[in-house]
Amino acid sequence: MLELKNVSFRVDDGGGKVEILDDVSFTVENGRFLVITGPNGGGKSTLARLIMGIEQPTAGQIIYNGVDITSLSITERARLGIGYAFQHPPRFKGLTVRRLLSLAHGSELPEDECCSYLTRVGLCSMDYLNREVDGSLSGGEVKRIEIATLMARKLGLAIYDEPEAGIDLWSFSMLVQSFKMLTKDADESVVIISHQERIMQLADEIIVIADGKIRSRGPKDEILPTLLGEFDRKCDLRGEKEAADHA
Amino acid sequence: MLDITDRNLLNAISDISYIPPQSAYNIRKNGAGIERRNTEKVQIVTKTDKPGIDIRVQPGTTGETVYIPVIITDTGVNDKVYNDFYIGDGADVTIVAGCGIHNSGCHESRHDGIHRFFIGKNAHVKYVEKHYGEGEGTGARVLNPTTEVFIGENALCEMETVQIRGVDSTERVTNAQLDAGAKFIVTERLMTHGDQHARSDMKVELNGAGSNAQIISRSVAKDRSQQVFYPNAVGNAPCHAHVQCDSIIMDEAKIRSIPAIEANDTDAQVIHEAAIGRINNDQLLKLMTFGMTAEEAEEVIIEGFLK
Repeated sequence: MLELKNVSFRVDDGGGKVEILDDVSFTVENGRFLVITGPNGGGKSTLARLIMGIEQPTAGQIIYNGVDITSLSITERARLGIGYAFQHPPRFKGLTVRRLLSLAHGSELPEDECCSYLTRVGLCSMDYLNREVDGSLSGGEVKRIEIATLMARKLGLAIYDEPEAGIDLWSFSMLVQSFKMLTKDADESVVIISHQERIMQLADEIIVIADGKIRSRGPKDEILPTLLGEFDRKCDLRGEKEAADHA
Repeated sequence: MLDITDRNLLNAISDISYIPPQSAYNIRKNGAGIERRNTEKVQIVTKTDKPGIDIRVQPGTTGETVYIPVIITDTGVNDKVYNDFYIGDGADVTIVAGCGIHNSGCHESRHDGIHRFFIGKNAHVKYVEKHYGEGEGTGARVLNPTTEVFIGENALCEMETVQIRGVDSTERVTNAQLDAGAKFIVTERLMTHGDQHARSDMKVELNGAGSNAQIISRSVAKDRSQQVFYPNAVGNAPCHAHVQCDSIIMDEAKIRSIPAIEANDTDAQVIHEAAIGRINNDQLLKLMTFGMTAEEAEEVIIEGFLK
Protein backbone atom coordinates (compact mmCIF):
# COMPACT_ATOMS: atom_id res chain seq x y z
CA MET A 1 0.00 0.00 0.00
CA LEU A 2 1.21 3.47 -0.86
CA GLU A 3 0.30 6.35 1.37
CA LEU A 4 1.08 10.05 0.87
CA LYS A 5 0.62 12.18 3.97
CA ASN A 6 0.48 15.95 3.58
CA VAL A 7 3.14 15.99 0.86
CA SER A 8 4.30 19.40 -0.35
CA PHE A 9 6.98 20.40 -2.81
CA ARG A 10 8.24 23.95 -3.14
CA VAL A 11 10.96 25.31 -5.38
CA ASP A 12 12.74 28.62 -5.34
CA ASP A 13 12.45 30.15 -8.79
CA GLY A 14 14.60 33.14 -7.91
CA GLY A 15 11.66 35.45 -7.34
CA GLY A 16 10.42 33.55 -4.29
CA LYS A 17 9.08 30.14 -3.34
CA VAL A 18 6.69 28.46 -5.75
CA GLU A 19 4.36 25.76 -4.52
CA ILE A 20 4.36 22.88 -7.02
CA LEU A 21 2.44 20.54 -4.72
CA ASP A 22 0.54 21.68 -1.67
CA ASP A 23 -0.48 19.30 1.11
CA VAL A 24 -1.34 16.28 -1.03
CA SER A 25 -2.59 13.15 0.73
CA PHE A 26 -3.96 9.93 -0.71
CA THR A 27 -3.69 6.16 -0.47
CA VAL A 28 -3.33 3.45 -3.10
CA GLU A 29 -4.31 0.02 -1.81
CA ASN A 30 -2.47 -3.08 -3.08
CA GLY A 31 -3.60 -4.21 -6.50
CA ARG A 32 -5.50 -0.99 -7.19
CA PHE A 33 -5.32 1.00 -10.41
CA LEU A 34 -5.16 4.77 -9.92
CA VAL A 35 -5.20 7.34 -12.71
CA ILE A 36 -3.95 10.84 -11.94
CA THR A 37 -5.13 13.47 -14.36
CA GLY A 38 -5.43 17.23 -14.57
CA PRO A 39 -4.21 20.22 -16.54
CA ASN A 40 -0.58 20.54 -17.70
CA GLY A 41 1.71 22.09 -15.13
CA GLY A 42 -0.55 21.03 -12.27
CA GLY A 43 2.11 18.96 -10.48
CA LYS A 44 1.32 15.42 -11.70
CA SER A 45 4.82 14.51 -12.92
CA THR A 46 6.35 16.02 -9.79
CA LEU A 47 4.11 13.78 -7.73
CA ALA A 48 5.35 10.71 -9.63
CA ARG A 49 8.99 11.80 -9.20
CA LEU A 50 8.44 12.30 -5.46
CA ILE A 51 7.08 8.77 -5.11
CA MET A 52 10.07 7.33 -7.00
CA GLY A 53 12.52 9.43 -4.95
CA ILE A 54 13.86 11.49 -7.87
CA GLU A 55 12.73 14.58 -5.96
CA GLN A 56 12.45 14.97 -2.19
CA PRO A 57 9.29 16.53 -0.72
CA THR A 58 9.76 19.75 1.25
CA ALA A 59 7.11 18.55 3.70
CA GLY A 60 5.09 15.43 4.39
CA GLN A 61 5.68 11.70 4.38
CA ILE A 62 5.53 8.86 1.87
CA ILE A 63 4.78 5.43 3.31
CA TYR A 64 5.10 2.25 1.25
CA ASN A 65 3.91 -1.06 2.71
CA GLY A 66 4.22 0.34 6.21
CA VAL A 67 7.78 1.68 5.69
CA ASP A 68 8.48 5.42 5.72
CA ILE A 69 10.38 5.80 2.44
CA THR A 70 10.48 9.62 2.47
CA SER A 71 14.25 9.74 2.96
CA LEU A 72 15.12 6.60 0.96
CA SER A 73 17.10 6.87 -2.28
CA ILE A 74 15.79 5.95 -5.73
CA THR A 75 17.83 2.72 -5.60
CA GLU A 76 16.38 1.72 -2.23
CA ARG A 77 12.83 2.44 -3.36
CA ALA A 78 13.40 0.47 -6.60
CA ARG A 79 14.61 -2.48 -4.53
CA LEU A 80 11.40 -2.31 -2.49
CA GLY A 81 9.49 -2.86 -5.73
CA ILE A 82 8.67 0.63 -7.00
CA GLY A 83 9.10 1.33 -10.72
CA TYR A 84 8.74 4.48 -12.79
CA ALA A 85 8.32 4.92 -16.54
CA PHE A 86 9.65 8.35 -17.53
CA GLN A 87 7.57 10.79 -19.50
CA HIS A 88 10.67 11.56 -21.57
CA PRO A 89 12.84 8.44 -21.38
CA PRO A 90 16.59 8.85 -21.93
CA ARG A 91 18.38 7.10 -24.81
CA PHE A 92 21.47 4.96 -24.31
CA LYS A 93 24.27 4.71 -26.86
CA GLY A 94 25.50 1.13 -27.06
CA LEU A 95 22.74 -0.49 -24.98
CA THR A 96 20.48 -2.81 -26.93
CA VAL A 97 16.78 -3.17 -26.24
CA ARG A 98 17.41 -6.70 -24.99
CA ARG A 99 20.15 -5.55 -22.60
CA LEU A 100 17.97 -2.74 -21.25
CA LEU A 101 15.07 -5.13 -20.62
CA SER A 102 17.46 -7.55 -18.92
CA LEU A 103 18.87 -4.77 -16.74
CA ALA A 104 15.31 -3.85 -15.76
CA HIS A 105 14.51 -7.48 -15.00
CA GLY A 106 17.68 -7.85 -12.91
CA SER A 107 19.07 -10.83 -14.85
CA GLU A 108 19.54 -11.92 -18.47
CA LEU A 109 16.10 -12.34 -20.03
CA PRO A 110 15.45 -15.18 -22.47
CA GLU A 111 14.67 -14.02 -26.01
CA ASP A 112 11.06 -15.20 -25.96
CA GLU A 113 10.35 -13.32 -22.74
CA CYS A 114 11.87 -10.11 -24.17
CA CYS A 115 9.72 -10.58 -27.26
CA SER A 116 6.53 -10.97 -25.25
CA TYR A 117 7.14 -7.66 -23.42
CA LEU A 118 7.82 -5.88 -26.70
CA THR A 119 4.73 -7.35 -28.31
CA ARG A 120 2.66 -6.11 -25.39
CA VAL A 121 3.71 -2.53 -26.18
CA GLY A 122 3.04 -2.98 -29.87
CA LEU A 123 6.59 -3.46 -31.16
CA CYS A 124 7.46 -6.23 -33.59
CA SER A 125 9.95 -7.84 -31.27
CA MET A 126 12.47 -9.47 -33.62
CA ASP A 127 13.15 -6.13 -35.30
CA TYR A 128 14.00 -4.47 -32.02
CA LEU A 129 15.81 -6.93 -29.74
CA ASN A 130 19.31 -6.10 -30.92
CA ARG A 131 18.77 -2.48 -31.78
CA GLU A 132 20.43 0.14 -29.66
CA VAL A 133 18.22 2.42 -27.59
CA ASP A 134 19.84 5.45 -29.21
CA GLY A 135 18.93 8.30 -31.53
CA SER A 136 18.02 5.87 -34.32
CA LEU A 137 14.72 5.07 -32.57
CA SER A 138 11.74 7.40 -32.82
CA GLY A 139 10.23 9.08 -29.76
CA GLY A 140 7.27 6.70 -29.82
CA GLU A 141 9.53 3.65 -30.04
CA VAL A 142 11.65 4.78 -27.08
CA LYS A 143 8.48 5.45 -25.13
CA ARG A 144 7.13 1.97 -25.77
CA ILE A 145 10.45 0.36 -24.82
CA GLU A 146 10.31 2.41 -21.61
CA ILE A 147 6.92 0.90 -20.79
CA ALA A 148 8.25 -2.58 -21.58
CA THR A 149 11.08 -2.10 -19.04
CA LEU A 150 8.47 -1.74 -16.30
CA MET A 151 6.61 -4.80 -17.50
CA ALA A 152 9.91 -6.75 -17.34
CA ARG A 153 10.19 -6.04 -13.63
CA LYS A 154 8.41 -7.67 -10.72
CA LEU A 155 6.90 -4.64 -9.05
CA GLY A 156 4.66 -3.85 -6.15
CA LEU A 157 3.98 -0.37 -7.48
CA ALA A 158 4.34 0.72 -11.10
CA ILE A 159 4.13 4.42 -11.99
CA TYR A 160 3.66 5.44 -15.64
CA ASP A 161 4.02 9.10 -16.58
CA GLU A 162 1.82 9.81 -19.62
CA PRO A 163 2.48 6.47 -21.30
CA GLU A 164 0.30 7.46 -24.26
CA ALA A 165 2.43 10.47 -25.25
CA GLY A 166 3.96 10.05 -28.70
CA ILE A 167 2.29 6.73 -29.35
CA ASP A 168 0.25 6.27 -32.51
CA LEU A 169 -3.41 5.27 -32.42
CA TRP A 170 -2.81 1.68 -33.52
CA SER A 171 -0.22 0.97 -30.87
CA PHE A 172 -2.32 2.80 -28.32
CA SER A 173 -5.07 0.14 -28.51
CA MET A 174 -2.43 -2.51 -27.84
CA LEU A 175 -1.17 -0.49 -24.90
CA VAL A 176 -4.63 -0.14 -23.42
CA GLN A 177 -4.99 -3.94 -23.65
CA SER A 178 -1.66 -4.35 -21.84
CA PHE A 179 -2.70 -1.99 -19.08
CA LYS A 180 -5.97 -3.90 -18.83
CA MET A 181 -3.90 -7.02 -18.10
CA LEU A 182 -2.13 -5.11 -15.33
CA THR A 183 -5.47 -4.44 -13.67
CA LYS A 184 -5.89 -8.20 -13.28
CA ASP A 185 -2.68 -8.47 -11.25
CA ALA A 186 -3.95 -8.48 -7.69
CA ASP A 187 -0.51 -7.68 -6.21
CA GLU A 188 0.79 -4.87 -8.39
CA SER A 189 -0.58 -1.41 -7.76
CA VAL A 190 -0.56 0.86 -10.78
CA VAL A 191 -0.43 4.65 -10.86
CA ILE A 192 -0.82 6.16 -14.31
CA ILE A 193 -0.64 9.83 -15.15
CA SER A 194 -2.82 10.22 -18.19
CA HIS A 195 -5.17 12.43 -20.11
CA GLN A 196 -6.69 9.58 -22.10
CA GLU A 197 -10.29 8.60 -21.46
CA ARG A 198 -9.58 4.99 -22.50
CA ILE A 199 -6.91 4.70 -19.83
CA MET A 200 -9.13 6.41 -17.26
CA GLN A 201 -11.78 3.80 -18.08
CA LEU A 202 -9.44 1.16 -16.63
CA ALA A 203 -9.05 2.95 -13.29
CA ASP A 204 -10.46 1.90 -9.96
CA GLU A 205 -9.98 5.46 -8.80
CA ILE A 206 -9.21 8.83 -10.40
CA ILE A 207 -7.49 11.80 -8.78
CA VAL A 208 -7.63 15.19 -10.45
CA ILE A 209 -4.69 17.48 -9.65
CA ALA A 210 -4.68 21.16 -10.54
CA ASP A 211 -2.48 23.99 -9.22
CA GLY A 212 -0.64 21.59 -6.92
CA LYS A 213 -3.75 20.47 -5.09
CA ILE A 214 -6.12 17.53 -5.30
CA ARG A 215 -9.20 19.05 -6.86
CA SER A 216 -11.33 15.93 -6.84
CA ARG A 217 -10.96 12.23 -6.24
CA GLY A 218 -13.15 9.19 -6.20
CA PRO A 219 -14.15 6.01 -8.02
CA LYS A 220 -13.91 6.16 -11.80
CA ASP A 221 -17.68 5.98 -12.26
CA GLU A 222 -18.05 9.09 -10.15
CA ILE A 223 -15.17 11.23 -11.44
CA LEU A 224 -14.99 10.38 -15.14
CA PRO A 225 -18.51 11.65 -16.06
CA THR A 226 -17.79 14.96 -14.31
CA LEU A 227 -14.48 15.29 -16.18
CA LEU A 228 -16.09 14.54 -19.51
CA GLY A 229 -18.99 16.85 -18.68
CA GLU A 230 -16.59 19.65 -17.83
CA PHE A 231 -14.68 19.05 -21.02
CA ASP A 232 -17.89 19.11 -23.03
CA ARG A 233 -18.95 22.36 -21.41
CA LYS A 234 -15.56 24.01 -21.91
CA CYS A 235 -15.29 22.96 -25.52
CA ASP A 236 -19.02 23.17 -26.13
CA LEU A 237 -18.93 19.97 -28.16
CA ARG A 238 -22.70 19.65 -28.24
CA GLY A 239 -23.19 23.29 -29.16
CA GLU A 240 -25.39 23.84 -26.10
CA LYS A 241 -23.61 27.02 -25.05
CA GLU A 242 -23.89 28.43 -28.53
CA ALA A 243 -27.63 27.58 -28.64
CA ALA A 244 -28.17 29.25 -25.24
CA ASP A 245 -26.32 32.36 -26.42
CA HIS A 246 -28.62 32.60 -29.39
CA ALA A 247 -31.76 32.09 -27.33
CA MET B 1 56.88 -21.54 -23.77
CA LEU B 2 53.97 -19.44 -22.52
CA ASP B 3 53.47 -19.08 -18.79
CA ILE B 4 50.36 -18.01 -16.88
CA THR B 5 51.13 -14.25 -17.12
CA ASP B 6 51.62 -14.62 -20.89
CA ARG B 7 48.31 -16.43 -21.26
CA ASN B 8 46.47 -13.86 -19.13
CA LEU B 9 47.87 -11.06 -21.28
CA LEU B 10 46.98 -12.90 -24.49
CA ASN B 11 43.52 -13.47 -23.15
CA ALA B 12 43.11 -9.78 -22.29
CA ILE B 13 44.13 -8.61 -25.75
CA SER B 14 42.80 -11.36 -27.98
CA ASP B 15 39.94 -12.84 -25.96
CA ILE B 16 41.62 -16.20 -26.38
CA SER B 17 43.95 -18.14 -24.15
CA TYR B 18 45.08 -20.30 -27.06
CA ILE B 19 45.24 -19.87 -30.81
CA PRO B 20 42.84 -22.11 -32.76
CA PRO B 21 44.82 -24.99 -34.30
CA GLN B 22 44.05 -24.14 -37.94
CA SER B 23 45.07 -20.48 -37.73
CA ALA B 24 48.24 -18.68 -38.72
CA TYR B 25 49.86 -16.76 -35.89
CA ASN B 26 52.96 -15.01 -34.64
CA ILE B 27 53.50 -14.30 -30.96
CA ARG B 28 56.09 -11.69 -30.07
CA LYS B 29 57.35 -11.50 -26.48
CA ASN B 30 59.78 -8.96 -25.01
CA GLY B 31 61.03 -7.87 -28.41
CA ALA B 32 61.43 -11.24 -30.14
CA GLY B 33 59.18 -13.66 -32.02
CA ILE B 34 58.65 -16.79 -29.92
CA GLU B 35 56.05 -18.85 -31.73
CA ARG B 36 54.71 -18.91 -35.27
CA ARG B 37 52.51 -20.97 -37.54
CA ASN B 38 51.89 -20.51 -41.28
CA THR B 39 49.02 -21.93 -43.23
CA GLU B 40 48.75 -22.80 -46.90
CA LYS B 41 47.38 -19.37 -47.72
CA VAL B 42 48.84 -17.17 -45.00
CA GLN B 43 52.61 -16.86 -44.83
CA ILE B 44 54.40 -14.97 -42.08
CA VAL B 45 58.04 -14.11 -42.82
CA THR B 46 60.58 -12.35 -40.61
CA LYS B 47 61.93 -9.12 -42.07
CA THR B 48 65.62 -9.07 -42.81
CA ASP B 49 66.28 -5.32 -42.79
CA LYS B 50 64.53 -4.34 -39.54
CA PRO B 51 62.58 -5.94 -36.70
CA GLY B 52 59.15 -7.18 -37.74
CA ILE B 53 57.28 -9.48 -40.05
CA ASP B 54 55.60 -9.56 -43.43
CA ILE B 55 52.19 -11.19 -43.45
CA ARG B 56 51.14 -12.30 -46.91
CA VAL B 57 47.57 -13.44 -47.54
CA GLN B 58 47.06 -15.08 -50.93
CA PRO B 59 44.38 -13.70 -53.26
CA GLY B 60 40.98 -15.31 -52.77
CA THR B 61 41.71 -16.59 -49.25
CA THR B 62 38.48 -16.65 -47.27
CA GLY B 63 37.48 -17.27 -43.70
CA GLU B 64 40.95 -17.26 -42.13
CA THR B 65 41.87 -15.47 -38.92
CA VAL B 66 45.48 -14.42 -38.33
CA TYR B 67 46.71 -13.71 -34.80
CA ILE B 68 49.71 -11.46 -34.21
CA PRO B 69 49.73 -10.58 -30.50
CA VAL B 70 52.60 -8.87 -28.72
CA ILE B 71 53.27 -9.28 -25.02
CA ILE B 72 55.79 -7.58 -22.80
CA THR B 73 56.46 -9.04 -19.38
CA ASP B 74 59.97 -7.71 -18.63
CA THR B 75 60.37 -4.24 -17.24
CA GLY B 76 62.40 -1.72 -19.24
CA VAL B 77 61.69 -3.25 -22.69
CA ASN B 78 61.65 -0.76 -25.58
CA ASP B 79 60.30 -2.65 -28.55
CA LYS B 80 59.78 -1.17 -31.99
CA VAL B 81 58.39 -3.45 -34.66
CA TYR B 82 57.43 -3.07 -38.33
CA ASN B 83 54.65 -5.32 -39.57
CA ASP B 84 53.50 -5.23 -43.18
CA PHE B 85 50.29 -6.93 -44.30
CA TYR B 86 49.85 -7.79 -47.97
CA ILE B 87 46.24 -8.83 -48.55
CA GLY B 88 45.64 -10.41 -51.96
CA ASP B 89 42.77 -9.40 -54.24
CA GLY B 90 39.41 -10.80 -53.17
CA ALA B 91 40.67 -12.20 -49.87
CA ASP B 92 38.41 -12.08 -46.82
CA VAL B 93 40.35 -12.32 -43.55
CA THR B 94 40.29 -11.24 -39.93
CA ILE B 95 43.47 -10.07 -38.23
CA VAL B 96 43.60 -10.07 -34.45
CA ALA B 97 46.42 -7.92 -33.13
CA GLY B 98 47.11 -6.26 -29.83
CA CYS B 99 49.66 -5.60 -27.18
CA GLY B 100 49.58 -6.51 -23.53
CA ILE B 101 52.15 -5.17 -21.11
CA HIS B 102 52.72 -6.59 -17.65
CA ASN B 103 55.16 -4.27 -15.96
CA SER B 104 56.02 -5.19 -12.41
CA GLY B 105 59.28 -3.26 -12.40
CA CYS B 106 60.23 0.39 -12.15
CA HIS B 107 61.39 0.99 -15.73
CA GLU B 108 59.25 2.07 -18.65
CA SER B 109 58.03 -0.74 -20.93
CA ARG B 110 57.20 0.40 -24.39
CA HIS B 111 55.95 -1.05 -27.63
CA ASP B 112 55.75 0.94 -30.86
CA GLY B 113 54.02 -1.10 -33.55
CA ILE B 114 54.25 0.28 -37.06
CA HIS B 115 51.71 -1.50 -39.20
CA ARG B 116 51.17 -1.09 -42.92
CA PHE B 117 48.29 -2.66 -44.78
CA PHE B 118 48.25 -3.11 -48.55
CA ILE B 119 44.73 -4.31 -49.27
CA GLY B 120 44.03 -5.67 -52.75
CA LYS B 121 40.99 -5.05 -54.91
CA ASN B 122 37.67 -6.41 -53.65
CA ALA B 123 39.29 -7.73 -50.50
CA HIS B 124 37.72 -7.53 -47.04
CA VAL B 125 39.89 -7.13 -43.97
CA LYS B 126 38.66 -6.96 -40.44
CA TYR B 127 41.42 -5.77 -38.12
CA VAL B 128 40.88 -5.93 -34.36
CA GLU B 129 43.45 -4.48 -32.00
CA LYS B 130 43.32 -4.35 -28.24
CA HIS B 131 45.77 -2.63 -25.93
CA TYR B 132 46.02 -3.57 -22.30
CA GLY B 133 48.37 -2.87 -19.42
CA GLU B 134 48.77 -4.40 -15.98
CA GLY B 135 51.34 -4.97 -13.25
CA GLU B 136 52.01 -3.49 -9.87
CA GLY B 137 55.35 -1.85 -10.78
CA THR B 138 55.90 1.89 -11.00
CA GLY B 139 57.35 1.64 -14.52
CA ALA B 140 55.17 3.27 -17.16
CA ARG B 141 53.39 1.21 -19.82
CA VAL B 142 53.63 3.00 -23.14
CA LEU B 143 52.09 2.03 -26.49
CA ASN B 144 52.51 4.13 -29.63
CA PRO B 145 50.93 2.44 -32.63
CA THR B 146 51.26 3.80 -36.15
CA THR B 147 48.99 2.34 -38.80
CA GLU B 148 49.04 3.01 -42.51
CA VAL B 149 46.32 1.57 -44.68
CA PHE B 150 46.13 1.47 -48.47
CA ILE B 151 42.71 0.22 -49.55
CA GLY B 152 42.36 -0.97 -53.13
CA GLU B 153 39.38 -0.63 -55.45
CA ASN B 154 36.10 -1.81 -53.94
CA ALA B 155 37.88 -3.26 -50.95
CA LEU B 156 36.57 -2.96 -47.41
CA CYS B 157 38.68 -2.43 -44.31
CA GLU B 158 37.05 -2.54 -40.91
CA MET B 159 39.34 -1.51 -38.11
CA GLU B 160 38.45 -1.74 -34.43
CA THR B 161 40.89 -0.49 -31.85
CA VAL B 162 40.28 -0.77 -28.14
CA GLN B 163 42.28 0.51 -25.21
CA ILE B 164 40.34 0.12 -22.00
CA ARG B 165 42.80 -0.28 -19.14
CA GLY B 166 46.28 0.14 -17.85
CA VAL B 167 48.16 1.98 -20.61
CA ASP B 168 49.86 5.05 -19.15
CA SER B 169 50.64 6.84 -22.35
CA THR B 170 49.64 6.30 -25.93
CA GLU B 171 50.11 8.22 -29.13
CA ARG B 172 48.26 6.68 -32.01
CA VAL B 173 48.74 7.70 -35.62
CA THR B 174 46.47 6.29 -38.31
CA ASN B 175 46.66 7.19 -42.01
CA ALA B 176 44.46 5.70 -44.69
CA GLN B 177 44.22 6.10 -48.47
CA LEU B 178 41.15 4.89 -50.32
CA ASP B 179 40.88 3.99 -54.00
CA ALA B 180 37.65 4.05 -56.02
CA GLY B 181 34.75 2.27 -54.33
CA ALA B 182 36.85 1.45 -51.27
CA LYS B 183 35.33 1.58 -47.81
CA PHE B 184 37.02 2.21 -44.49
CA ILE B 185 35.16 1.83 -41.21
CA VAL B 186 37.29 2.65 -38.21
CA THR B 187 36.02 2.44 -34.65
CA GLU B 188 38.24 3.64 -31.88
CA ARG B 189 37.31 3.02 -28.27
CA LEU B 190 39.36 4.40 -25.46
CA MET B 191 39.15 4.73 -21.72
CA THR B 192 41.78 6.53 -19.69
CA HIS B 193 42.09 6.76 -15.94
CA GLY B 194 44.57 7.88 -13.29
CA ASP B 195 47.11 10.26 -14.84
CA GLN B 196 47.11 8.63 -18.28
CA HIS B 197 47.57 10.50 -21.52
CA ALA B 198 46.21 9.47 -24.90
CA ARG B 199 46.44 11.15 -28.25
CA SER B 200 45.02 9.95 -31.53
CA ASP B 201 45.83 11.54 -34.89
CA MET B 202 44.02 10.20 -37.89
CA LYS B 203 44.06 11.19 -41.52
CA VAL B 204 41.79 9.49 -44.01
CA GLU B 205 42.20 10.47 -47.65
CA LEU B 206 39.40 9.48 -50.01
CA ASN B 207 41.11 9.51 -53.38
CA GLY B 208 38.79 7.38 -55.53
CA ALA B 209 35.26 8.01 -56.79
CA GLY B 210 32.61 6.32 -54.65
CA SER B 211 34.94 5.78 -51.71
CA ASN B 212 33.41 5.86 -48.27
CA ALA B 213 34.81 6.35 -44.77
CA GLN B 214 33.23 6.19 -41.35
CA ILE B 215 35.37 7.27 -38.45
CA ILE B 216 33.80 6.58 -35.07
CA SER B 217 35.54 7.48 -31.87
CA ARG B 218 34.10 6.83 -28.44
CA SER B 219 36.05 7.63 -25.34
CA VAL B 220 35.74 7.97 -21.61
CA ALA B 221 38.21 10.02 -19.57
CA LYS B 222 38.26 9.45 -15.81
CA ASP B 223 40.26 10.81 -12.86
CA ARG B 224 42.95 13.25 -14.04
CA SER B 225 43.55 11.65 -17.43
CA GLN B 226 43.84 13.60 -20.66
CA GLN B 227 42.81 12.80 -24.21
CA VAL B 228 43.33 14.56 -27.52
CA PHE B 229 41.66 13.54 -30.79
CA TYR B 230 42.56 14.87 -34.16
CA PRO B 231 40.62 13.05 -36.88
CA ASN B 232 40.92 14.49 -40.37
CA ALA B 233 38.88 13.34 -43.37
CA VAL B 234 39.94 14.58 -46.80
CA GLY B 235 37.64 14.14 -49.79
CA ASN B 236 39.67 14.26 -53.01
CA ALA B 237 36.95 12.69 -55.21
CA PRO B 238 33.18 12.16 -55.24
CA CYS B 239 32.96 10.36 -51.89
CA HIS B 240 31.27 10.17 -48.50
CA ALA B 241 33.02 10.56 -45.17
CA HIS B 242 31.51 10.77 -41.73
CA VAL B 243 33.51 11.54 -38.60
CA GLN B 244 31.80 11.04 -35.25
CA CYS B 245 33.60 11.69 -31.96
CA ASP B 246 31.74 11.17 -28.69
CA SER B 247 33.40 11.51 -25.32
CA ILE B 248 32.26 11.15 -21.75
CA ILE B 249 34.23 13.29 -19.34
CA MET B 250 34.42 12.53 -15.61
CA ASP B 251 36.19 13.70 -12.46
CA GLU B 252 39.05 16.09 -13.28
CA ALA B 253 39.78 14.73 -16.74
CA LYS B 254 40.42 16.83 -19.82
CA ILE B 255 39.46 16.07 -23.42
CA ARG B 256 40.22 17.95 -26.60
CA SER B 257 38.54 16.91 -29.81
CA ILE B 258 39.60 18.69 -32.98
CA PRO B 259 37.90 17.08 -35.95
CA ALA B 260 38.94 18.46 -39.34
CA ILE B 261 37.23 17.92 -42.66
CA GLU B 262 38.45 18.88 -46.06
CA ALA B 263 36.90 18.66 -49.53
CA ASN B 264 38.83 19.04 -52.77
CA ASP B 265 36.01 17.90 -55.06
CA THR B 266 32.55 19.44 -55.46
CA ASP B 267 30.98 15.99 -55.08
CA ALA B 268 32.77 15.17 -51.87
CA GLN B 269 30.42 14.94 -48.89
CA VAL B 270 32.34 15.17 -45.67
CA ILE B 271 30.57 15.46 -42.33
CA HIS B 272 31.75 15.62 -38.77
CA GLU B 273 30.00 15.47 -35.44
CA ALA B 274 31.77 15.87 -32.12
CA ALA B 275 30.45 15.94 -28.58
CA ILE B 276 32.00 15.93 -25.13
CA GLY B 277 29.86 15.79 -22.02
CA ARG B 278 29.31 14.20 -18.67
CA ILE B 279 27.06 11.16 -18.25
CA ASN B 280 23.46 12.17 -18.84
CA ASN B 281 21.68 12.50 -15.50
CA ASP B 282 18.45 10.95 -16.78
CA GLN B 283 20.38 7.86 -17.87
CA LEU B 284 21.71 7.46 -14.33
CA LEU B 285 18.27 8.06 -12.82
CA LYS B 286 16.66 5.55 -15.19
CA LEU B 287 19.08 2.77 -14.26
CA MET B 288 18.75 3.64 -10.57
CA THR B 289 14.99 3.07 -10.89
CA PHE B 290 15.98 -0.51 -11.85
CA GLY B 291 17.58 -0.83 -8.40
CA MET B 292 21.19 -0.05 -9.35
CA THR B 293 23.40 2.23 -7.29
CA ALA B 294 24.72 5.35 -8.99
CA GLU B 295 28.14 3.65 -9.35
CA GLU B 296 26.64 0.51 -10.91
CA ALA B 297 24.58 2.65 -13.29
CA GLU B 298 27.68 4.59 -14.31
CA GLU B 299 29.53 1.35 -15.07
CA VAL B 300 26.67 0.04 -17.23
CA ILE B 301 26.49 3.31 -19.18
CA ILE B 302 30.25 3.38 -19.82
CA GLU B 303 30.35 -0.30 -20.74
CA GLY B 304 27.56 0.20 -23.27
CA PHE B 305 29.10 3.39 -24.62
CA LEU B 306 32.44 1.71 -25.25
CA LYS B 307 30.98 -1.52 -26.61
